Formats: sequence, structure tokens, C-alpha cells
Amino acid sequence: MELNNKLTVSASPHVKSAETTTGIMLDVIIALLPAGVASVFVFGIRALLIIAVSVISCVLAEFLSRKAMKRDQTIGDLSAVVTGILLAYNLPSTIPIWQVVFGAIVAIVVVKQMFGGIGQNFVNPALLARIVLISAFPARMSAGAFVGTNVVGWDVDGVTGATPMGLISLADGIKDGAPSLMHLFIGTTAGCIGEVSALALLLGGIYLIIRKVISPIIPCVYIGTVALIMLIAFGDVNAMLYEVLGGGLMIGAIFMATDYTTSPITDKGKVIYALGCALITCLIRLFGSLPEGVSFSIIIMNILVPHIENWTKPTIFGTVKEKKEKKEAAAE
Amino acid sequence: MANEKIEGVLKPVMKGHGGIHVSHNKNTSKCAIVRMPAPAKVVLPMQQHIGAPCTPTVAVGDEVKIGQVIGDTDAFVSTPVHATVSGKVTAVGPVKVANGSMVQAVTIESDGKMELSEDIKPPKIDTKDDFLKAVRASGLVGLGGAGFPTHVKLAFKEDSGVDTLIINAAECEPFITVDHRECIDNSWDVLSGVYTVKEILGFKNVYIAIEDNKSDAFTELMKVAADNADWDDSVKLVMLPSQYPQGAEKVLIQSVTGRQVPPGKLPSDVGVVVMNVQSISFLGRYLKTGKPLVSRSLTVDGSAIAEPKNIRVPIGTLISDIIEFCGGFKAEPYKVIGGGPMMGMALYDINVPLLKNNNAVLAFSADTIKVKPERACIRCGRCVQACPMSLMPTKIETRAHLKDVEGCQAAGAMTCMECGSCAFACPSGRPLVQYMRLAKAVIREGSAK
Ligand code: SF4
Ligand code: SF4
Repeated sequence: MELNNKLTVSASPHVKSAETTTGIMLDVIIALLPAGVASVFVFGIRALLIIAVSVISCVLAEFLSRKAMKRDQTIGDLSAVVTGILLAYNLPSTIPIWQVVFGAIVAIVVVKQMFGGIGQNFVNPALLARIVLISAFPARMSAGAFVGTNVVGWDVDGVTGATPMGLISLADGIKDGAPSLMHLFIGTTAGCIGEVSALALLLGGIYLIIRKVISPIIPCVYIGTVALIMLIAFGDVNAMLYEVLGGGLMIGAIFMATDYTTSPITDKGKVIYALGCALITCLIRLFGSLPEGVSFSIIIMNILVPHIENWTKPTIFGTVKEKKEKKEAAAE
Repeated sequence: MANEKIEGVLKPVMKGHGGIHVSHNKNTSKCAIVRMPAPAKVVLPMQQHIGAPCTPTVAVGDEVKIGQVIGDTDAFVSTPVHATVSGKVTAVGPVKVANGSMVQAVTIESDGKMELSEDIKPPKIDTKDDFLKAVRASGLVGLGGAGFPTHVKLAFKEDSGVDTLIINAAECEPFITVDHRECIDNSWDVLSGVYTVKEILGFKNVYIAIEDNKSDAFTELMKVAADNADWDDSVKLVMLPSQYPQGAEKVLIQSVTGRQVPPGKLPSDVGVVVMNVQSISFLGRYLKTGKPLVSRSLTVDGSAIAEPKNIRVPIGTLISDIIEFCGGFKAEPYKVIGGGPMMGMALYDINVPLLKNNNAVLAFSADTIKVKPERACIRCGRCVQACPMSLMPTKIETRAHLKDVEGCQAAGAMTCMECGSCAFACPSGRPLVQYMRLAKAVIREGSAK
């Protein structure tokens, strides 16, 4: 039989799991859908417009920057779509369209591609873009920009009001005019497009955990620790629930802090990272001048990830015993 | 039936980190081992083992019979090579083998008679030394894959603390079922081999470890053991979960005994010797008949093979002849693998001889082998989760590309056993095993300087 040069030769293994990068990103997109639907209910069709503009800008920015840098195209992995959705979800529905485009360029070109593309950026692109927008256009991103409805309905014009996180403080507790816990849970309140509905975000999170796309460690430790600290700080279950359900905690803990590239790989590392996120979030919310601290805390912890990973390297097989023996020897 | 409880069968004492679930595809588990008739010729490389190569002891034109030594050396870490068919030596010289390298080999044209050499007689064994000499003379190497000479493995010192023998019948590689069949078709050979080796070498504990997807292997071995007076409590069956790579030596030892072999150490350092079930079964037969290692069993399967089978063939038979015996190709082969799909080697050519340690030939057509496009690492951590050695394959890859000798070393690249779990799990299709090999090469080069 002559088959020379026809057979494919490659390194083992010769079978691979069915999972692909694109499949994982598709799962994240699916998990983000409920929050998108909720946003249209709360903020009207403009929310959809912002999401669409953000996604298209991100994909285009990725396409063009890869082209300009003469690298192979990566838009097929859908990660730019995910970044686009996440960016939109972190913006108020009143933001001018051109600012969305600007944010998308910052996220994809500056944060992601200039560092080498997917897997290489050291901070979360959508979050950094949001922070750049807050700093560059404070008026557009501050309390006055958030349109809320405070009622279940299609009220597109709504009322301009503070985000729920401006309506709670350590000194006064939950202030008058603050949305009820039920409103926060369902999402009929003011805030960024994708952050308002805790229910929708939780659905997405559960989907991601069931599909094994993310490990439950980061969201559970992050949200759990914030809950615990707030309970101690306020001494009141309602205030604790208000802090957990309101603002960007849910979207941050479930979708932003779990970004593969900018969170630790090891389980131990994930615990430390999530604890750090929770602590900083609470510090900012309780004592800082900003009402909200989720984005900043995640960015800060992003930067620490390489160090956390160094501290939490898994113990290589067969080396545990030696360490123990050494300890025992030292103890003797 | 997986996970079925069988009376008297032990469970693993420890569950290690990592591992993956890969479809078993044990299509041939009901195919009893059949003998392949004598091939027209066999090619017998002088190096089919880890250690010193043999020197041919025959010349072109010599008439040889089955079991006659045709290559040997004085080196201890080596095993002789025997004629596997009767006939005439037609060539002595370098040939290409499966891994692409050129090796000295003896080619024998078969006379079709398959005559046994008159010299074959059961070895006389009075002492441990006699036994080890006999094992060396049998030409036995680990039949499970590595090809390490068995007599070297068994030559541990009395005071070295080795007390446990594990018979590896886990067979965690997909598709392969010969070890499973060996337990059923030759169960008495397996058990008699176990008893003899245990007695001669004085093992305190003997475990026969099998994955839980082979429950008939357990029942068969239990039945045969029950009929035999020699069966005692120190020989135990262990039912392992069907999870890859359960049969990898270090993983197996951990599951069965709870002991971990440290990096760079051998199983004997933690008091354990592991033998493949085929090796022990061969020893069982050899000690009775004296017939050296001239044939072996293997699984032939895959989407491109017309008639998948478990077969017993003379060593040195060309892979192309083996495939022909199994009905040839029913689809155009895209990849032919010597060994299992997780750790086997892709063959560039099928006109190469079957070696002592080759336990399968698998052939796949293009539409049945998934090729994942290679994309950038997304740091998802799946490779880290999958690694049974608790390494961080993605980190080792980065270090390897940077040619960072110390980084590769510190990350434990040398502990990698190339099981392929990481590369299997990677959603970005990264050829991580290839990069682990690169990291090892970086370390080797670095320490050579
Ligand atoms: S091939 Fe090496 S690095 Fe990859 S999972 Fe196996 S032991 Fe770990
Ligand atoms: S599994 Fe692949 S993509 Fe995921 S961290 Fe490992 S190398 Fe990177």
C-alpha cells in the first residue's frame, strides 16, 4: 500500500474536546441576552441602539486594527461582540452615539489590540473604556445622565435621576425616593443599560455556570463578601440587599470580573481576586466620594492578577510530600 | 455497565487533580483476540526498547526459527530480539521505523511454516537471579507503551522498600481494548503470572487495577481466581473511575496506593512496581513454555478500518499487512496512529514494522477527525484544570516560546508526561503537548550548555 505523504502527521493528542473559543463567546452572548431584553423594557429602544452601535464599532475596530497591524483576523472568535455588549451595558442610555464609538475604539484598539489581542490585555477593555468615558465626559456619565422609570413599563422618556447607589449612604441608610428592593431585583430603576436587572443578570450567570463557561468562585465570593461587609456596616438586611442588588455589582461580579484574560486561572487565585474586588468595592461605596465602586475595584484587581497568580501556583504533582517533610524536619 | 459494585473489589484510595472525560469508543471490546496468519516478511529493529540497541547475531541467508535470538548485547538495560517467524534472513541493515528514525534491523522472509526453535524450553528458576535472567532472555519490555525492559524494572534491591505490585489494566486510552480482552481471553495467564511474580519477588500487595467500564473483566478474573487455590487476600482487584489518564503510571499509583511519585523519581522510589497486564500475562505463559516475546496483541480500529479487530500478530509485521488483514481501508485514511488517540504517534508511512510496545493501530478518515483551528490562548484555565500533574500548561508554553530555561524548569515542564489532557481540553486548539516538548527541549539545551 502506498500512502506516503498523504497521511497527516501532527503531535498527539489526535482527539480534541468539542469546545471552541467561538462557542464559549457565544455562550457569554447568550448569557447576556436577558439583561439586554430587560434594558429595552426599562430604557426603550434607545438601549438597543446603543448596544448595536457599540457591538458594530467594536467588531469594526477589531477588524481594522488587525488589518492595520497585518495580523490574522480574529473577529470570528466573537470576543469583540462580547466586549461591545459589555461596553454598552456599562453606559447610560442617554449617552451620545459618538461617545459610544469613542469608547469602543478605546476598548478594542487601545486596551485589547495594542497589547496583542485576545488573552493579552491586562485590564478589562469594556471597563477601562467606561472609566475613560467617565473621566472625559463627566457630565454625560454622571448621575444626571441616568434615566430611570421607577415603574414597570415602557416609559422611554422617563425621569432623569440619580442611580440607586446615590440614594444610600452609611450615615442615612436608604434614603427617601430610593427604588424598592423589588424594583432593583427586576430592574425597573435608573442605571447603566445592562446593570439594572439583577434578575436578568443572575439568569445569565446561572447559565454560564451550568455551561461551565465560568466557575462560580468569582461571582459567589465577590457578591457574598460584599453582602457580608454591608450587613456588618449597616446592620440591616434591607440595606445589605439594596447594596447587593443595586448598581453594577451583579454585572461586575458575573460578567466583568470573570473575564478569563483579566482574572486568575487558579481556584485559589480566583478567591483572593474576588475578595479583593469585594473589599475595594465596599470601601469606595461606603467611604469614597463616588457612589459606585465596582468598575474601579475590578480594574485595580485586574492589574494585580499576575501577582496573585504567582502566589497561587498549583503544587506540582509529587512535590507536596517533600514540603511537608521539610516542615516536619524543621519542626523537629 | 459502569460503576457497578462488585463484591470484594476495592475502590481507589485517592482522587487526583485534573483528568478529562473523553469518549471511550471501545468498539472492539467484544472482539476476542484472533491470530493473524504468518505475514510474508517481518522487519525486526534492533532497538525496540529504552536502552542500548542490540547487535544482529544473524547474517543474510541464515535460516531462522521462531524464538531464536537474532540480536543481543551485553548491556544490562537492553533486551534481546528474537525471530518472530520461521524463514530466511533477507536483509540486515538500517530501516525506517514509525518515528521516522533509521534503525538497524533484521528482515526475515517467512517460509509460512511458523516453526518453533528447538531451543525453546521452560526456564529453570530457583533464585531471584535466575528469574531476572529469564525475564531478560524473554525479550520482554513494557507492553503498555513505554518499552522499558521489564527485567530492569524488576531488579530492585531487597531493602529498597518496594512492597507493591500494580497490574495496569486501566486502559484509559479510547478505542484500545486489548488489555480488556487479555483479562477475559487469557485470564489464567494473567493470574498465574501475578502469583509467580509475587512469590519470586516477595511483593506484599498486588493490585490489578481496571477502569469501571470493563465490569466483565472483573467478573472473569474473580471467577478464575475463585477456582484456584492459590488465590489469596494479598491480590486485590481495584475498580478505577473511567477517566483519562487513569492508566498513566503516576496517576495509577496515586489512585491505588495514595502515594505520589515525586518529579524525576521512579515508582520504585515510593515502593511500587507497575506492570502492564499484557506483560504479566506474557510472563505467565513464558514461565510455563519458555517461548520468548515473538508476538503481541493489539487493537486495530478507527473510522477508516474496514473490519476492526483485536489481533495477535508476530512482532515486526508491517502495519500495512496488519491493516490488510483487517479488511484494508474502507475510507481514505487521513491519519494513521500507532497507539491510542491521546498519546499515540501519527504515522507518516504505514510500511513500517510493528514494535514490541505498540498496542494499537488506528486509522481515521478526514471527516471523523476534528481539527480545531489554532487560536490565541484566552487564558480560560481549562488546561490547568485538566492537568493531572497540576502544571500550568499555558504558562509553560509562554516560557518555552521565550526560551526561558529557568522558567520552564520552575513551571515543572519536566514533570509533564505528555498525556494530552491539556491539549484535548483547550478551546483554542493549541497544540500544548508539542509546546511541552519544546519546553523540555529548551531545558535540555539549557542544561547542556
Ligand atoms: S500533557 Fe503534560 S501538561 Fe498537558 S495535561 Fe498532560 S501532564 Fe499536564
Ligand atoms: S486551555 Fe488553551 S486557551 Fe485555555 S488557558 Fe489553556 S492554553 Fe489558554
